[in-house]
Amino acid sequence: MSETAAVERPDDHADDHPSDREYIKIALILGAITAVEVFTYFESVLNWGAFLIPSLMVMMVVKFWLVARIFMHLKADGPVLSRLFGGGIMLAVAVYMIALLAFNFF
Amino acid sequence: MSTDTATADTHTEHDPHATNTGISNNKLAMWLFLGTECLLFGGLISTYLLYKTRGNGTTVPTDIFDIPFTSVSSFVLLMSSLTMVLALSSLQRGDVERSRGWLLTTAMLGGVFIGGQVYEFTSFYREGIGFTTNPASSAFFTLTGFHGVHVSIGILMLMSLVVASIQGRLKPQNAETVEIVGLYWHFVDIVWIFIFTVIYLIPAE
Repeated sequence: MSETAAVERPDDHADDHPSDREYIKIALILGAITAVEVFTYFESVLNWGAFLIPSLMVMMVVKFWLVARIFMHLKADGPVLSRLFGGGIMLAVAVYMIALLAFNFF
Repeated sequence: MSTDTATADTHTEHDPHATNTGISNNKLAMWLFLGTECLLFGGLISTYLLYKTRGNGTTVPTDIFDIPFTSVSSFVLLMSSLTMVLALSSLQRGDVERSRGWLLTTAMLGGVFIGGQVYEFTSFYREGIGFTTNPASSAFFTLTGFHGVHVSIGILMLMSLVVASIQGRLKPQNAETVEIVGLYWHFVDIVWIFIFTVIYLIPAE
């Protein structure tokens, strides 16, 4: 065979994408996490105290990770895109954490 | 003979869009663009965090947030990510009509989100909070307004896909186009996940 046969084509990963059932399952998990997030807002129901902000941050990261990995197909599309996007996020977080520190935000 | 055949194979199987990463240039470009968008929204979110309590004696947005209402908007946008992946999945299976339906549903859910944002902005204005009222309101309207513009551009892209589908120009071979528009749409959703938690849910001290 020719050399080009070894080169992947744009839609080669289409078969690796999750099924509709898995997409719906992920959407239900995202919806449930959002419901818990909103629940934390009503402090009269349950006082989250010092755990409020860490809990909200963890739930946000889980939602972020699920959308990026499953809906944006980072899980199926290989490491190059994950590094590109992760690089952008890490750079943004680093730059703006330094900026916030410089302005005595914390 | 065998050399000729191999040469012929090389020519016939050559894919003009193949890259040595295995990822098409269009998709790579969209991911690079999304990487830069992280920096844009990072700047806007940081600015809001710095100014959120600076009301100069006037009401700041955090004082009048309607969390139950914004929660519904957030849920609608989150579910639009589901309908977006279902549109792509349908097209990859060759079900063009169902894909068109999901694309239209995604655009409509985006429209509902934008409608909610317009309602929120209007109610803030009625409460006396305008763009130039104080630094907190300027930062808030800039951040959420920029996000709203991104959602609106996404709706335009989705509607152009719906029109292309109606005209018979959106076929299973064009699934990557839908996937790239989907990447943009999911990114807009991801940014809102961040904004909803950091801006709306984490209480201002």
